[in-house]
Amino acid sequence: MATKVHMEALSPTMEEGRLVKWTKHEGDAVKSGDTLAEVETDKAIMELVARADGQLIKVVVPEGSTVPVGNVVAWIGKPGEKVDGDGAVAPAAKSAPATPAKAPPAPQPTTAPTASIAPADATRVKASPLAKRIAREAGVDLKLVQGSGPGGRVIKRDVEGAPVAKTTAAAPAAVPRATPDVRRTGVPYEDVPLTQIRKTIAKRLAASIGPVPHFFLTTEIDMERAAEAREALNKQLDEEGGKISFNDIIIKAVALALVRHRACNAWFQEDHIRYWNEVHIGMAVAIEDGLITPVIRNADMKSLREIGAEARDLAGKARSRRLKPEEYTGSTFSVSNLGMFDIDQFTAVINPPEAGIVAIGTIMPKAVPDGDRVSVRKRLRVTMSCDHRVIDGATGAAFLKTLKQMLENPLAMLL
Amino acid sequence: MASFDVIVLGGGPAGYICAIRSAQLGMSTAVVEQEKLGGVCVNIGCIPTKALLHSAYIAGLLKESKEFGVEASGVKTDYGVAMKRSRRVSDQNSKGVEFLMKKHKITVVKGTGVVQPGKKVKVGSDVYEAKKAVVIATGSRVKGIPQIGLEINKTTVISSDEALLLERVPESLAIIGAGAVGMEFADIFQAFGVKITLIEALPRILPIEDAEASDTLAKSYRKRGIDVIAGAKVTKAAVGKDKVTLDIEAGGEKKQVTAAAVLMAAGRAVNTENIGLKECGIQLTDRGFIKVDQNLQTTAPGYYAIGDVVGPPMLAHKGFREGSVVAEIIAGQKPHAIKYDNVPSVTYCHPEVASIGLTEDQCKEKKLDYVAGRFPFSANGRARGTGETEGFVKILRDKKYGEILGAHIVGAHASEMIHELAVARENEYTVEEIDLAIHAHPTMSEAIGEAALDSLGRVLHI
Repeated sequence: MATKVHMEALSPTMEEGRLVKWTKHEGDAVKSGDTLAEVETDKAIMELVARADGQLIKVVVPEGSTVPVGNVVAWIGKPGEKVDGDGAVAPAAKSAPATPAKAPPAPQPTTAPTASIAPADATRVKASPLAKRIAREAGVDLKLVQGSGPGGRVIKRDVEGAPVAKTTAAAPAAVPRATPDVRRTGVPYEDVPLTQIRKTIAKRLAASIGPVPHFFLTTEIDMERAAEAREALNKQLDEEGGKISFNDIIIKAVALALVRHRACNAWFQEDHIRYWNEVHIGMAVAIEDGLITPVIRNADMKSLREIGAEARDLAGKARSRRLKPEEYTGSTFSVSNLGMFDIDQFTAVINPPEAGIVAIGTIMPKAVPDGDRVSVRKRLRVTMSCDHRVIDGATGAAFLKTLKQMLENPLAMLL
Repeated sequence: MASFDVIVLGGGPAGYICAIRSAQLGMSTAVVEQEKLGGVCVNIGCIPTKALLHSAYIAGLLKESKEFGVEASGVKTDYGVAMKRSRRVSDQNSKGVEFLMKKHKITVVKGTGVVQPGKKVKVGSDVYEAKKAVVIATGSRVKGIPQIGLEINKTTVISSDEALLLERVPESLAIIGAGAVGMEFADIFQAFGVKITLIEALPRILPIEDAEASDTLAKSYRKRGIDVIAGAKVTKAAVGKDKVTLDIEAGGEKKQVTAAAVLMAAGRAVNTENIGLKECGIQLTDRGFIKVDQNLQTTAPGYYAIGDVVGPPMLAHKGFREGSVVAEIIAGQKPHAIKYDNVPSVTYCHPEVASIGLTEDQCKEKKLDYVAGRFPFSANGRARGTGETEGFVKILRDKKYGEILGAHIVGAHASEMIHELAVARENEYTVEEIDLAIHAHPTMSEAIGEAALDSLGRVLHI
């Protein structure tokens, strides 16, 4: 029996893919794990790999065609084996090159690229009767809950949020602001259930301005000393190669400020807030037809040089659309920098489920009062967008104050 | 040096199941056993006692048979005959395990195994090497209470090991410990005409079961003439040649019990000595069990431990599951975690006691918002028909969501009926799903559906 090769969901949001190039051709021997083709997804160009051993006996979809996820694109079988008709199982696959198929046929249960737990049919949720009852009473959407029971079945502890359920009986969950620091405990994050007041804030604010209730805080930062530090560092590095940019310094400062304000290093998760004990900074990068936020992981623990090298590498990959999913997912907070476009200040849109993003304007000389004189100094306007369901005004302001102190006195980053 | 993927130390329930599952997963496997395959369970535990309990059941039945229109005269009991039958049953089962080892091409090494560093096991002068893992399943044994002079001497102070091999019953027997073992032997020997005194240190017999189960059994035993003394402390024991005298304090009163023999049924000791644990870096817990992580791996990588040696509940079916799970872990699979709060507990005395989950007292301690539903077998048609109306089904449910927090069955066939509730709890069914499942009529199991309904305030047959 020949095995079907399906268009797979190569990114979490991918609905269709454009077959850019077949790297294997009809008649080629293939082994499980071999790259068969390059596929352009909504985010990047990814590799479609073989899930069976044998020979690529039939290619159904020509290069350049766009097909919905789940459609058959090729067949793997024994040499000489035939497949029925033209081999195209889903009608839209062959006749609709380049244009997205209207009303794509129901995706067939595909062999997911990884051992995905998501149910093949997203409308049906496998859940225990007890989990269903708890979800119904608590208003939890079971479709959004990842099941840990057999075959991804949602069970009680998934609905309740296991780590929380155990501690609540013993002691009330710690108030996040009481211990706002990021601590490397070995556990990547801590889920803290929403308090009633938090739930009400979330509901009312979301109803007021869309799903993520943003508010904005702007501050102006004096960058004279950061500029001096940068110059000195680059002079030092000249001999060794590599250069530190303002962007690198800002990313590092943001990461370090987040360590001191875990309340801003968080994800909103419908029924709880996930406070991260790790700091992963998403860095918005403009690409030809949109933007993407590659992630600098553990940015608080990396040197400026490492951040610089990584940022350049990721930005390059983003522009050539070669980012892997793990390189653009999982950020805990983001930085969007339009400094190079001569923008004084702007507001950035939060990248959910993160709770905040800072928008970086252009560093420009400005006349500022200096005692009873006026002096011209390099100034930077930074605007933080906050998800009000997670961050309150004072919380965001405290974070910005730390960020400002770090940039105005870069030596503080060494503390 | 012979080598295997997996070497299992101990051929009891945990060990032999681990070996079978390992073999099923394509790993070459050896089991080291110093005595008969099947361990305590098959040879001197679960299996022979069930055979003897059935003898006791028949004896009890014949006493009451006249009422059912069957008159049996001249009924005599002979423990020796019952014992020999129980031995045959044990031997059959042990041979069955031997057959299973052959069927799965598992090498059985006879002798006492000692673990050595480098995933090796020494048996006599031979050393075997494990390529993947060594699994320790050496089990447990009975223990006496030497502190008060009750060291097991195998004549007047005996353990279940000796009780199972008696040719003749003693005239009278004091049983210390009213857990499953004590309860079952009290039942057996009472049916064979022995005068029984059952002594329990904790405030009630069957201390780990729900208090209502303890009460029902205490009443049933006293009705049969068994002297039940709970909350009792044995302060002194005088062990004579053909009798034992125990000084007991219970409820502020002092008492003396004299019996032809004492059966020690209070606790077990794990077999962790002289098997090389320390040399391999395998640590024990404060309570003397082998310390294991979530994957049942000991403090020495590559050495796993399962069954009684890793701690309570010391039950064959808990060992079975650990054996199977550990084999899958060794083979690189990710089996579902064992739910230790969903291991059924069964005592096979008459009437039987079976339970799963929390007792009512535990619900109170945990301050859970619960509702108890009950249904007595006296209101069950099938039970009336067979004259087995002792006992009840009790279901404790969470008040808000109907989760089955605990279930307790006392009555004939309770051991068979508890699994409906085990399946329900494993799958997180609530009392409503129990009710929705249609129970055949007339059956004892209907009482489970009725107890679920009672917890919802909708009981039908009372």
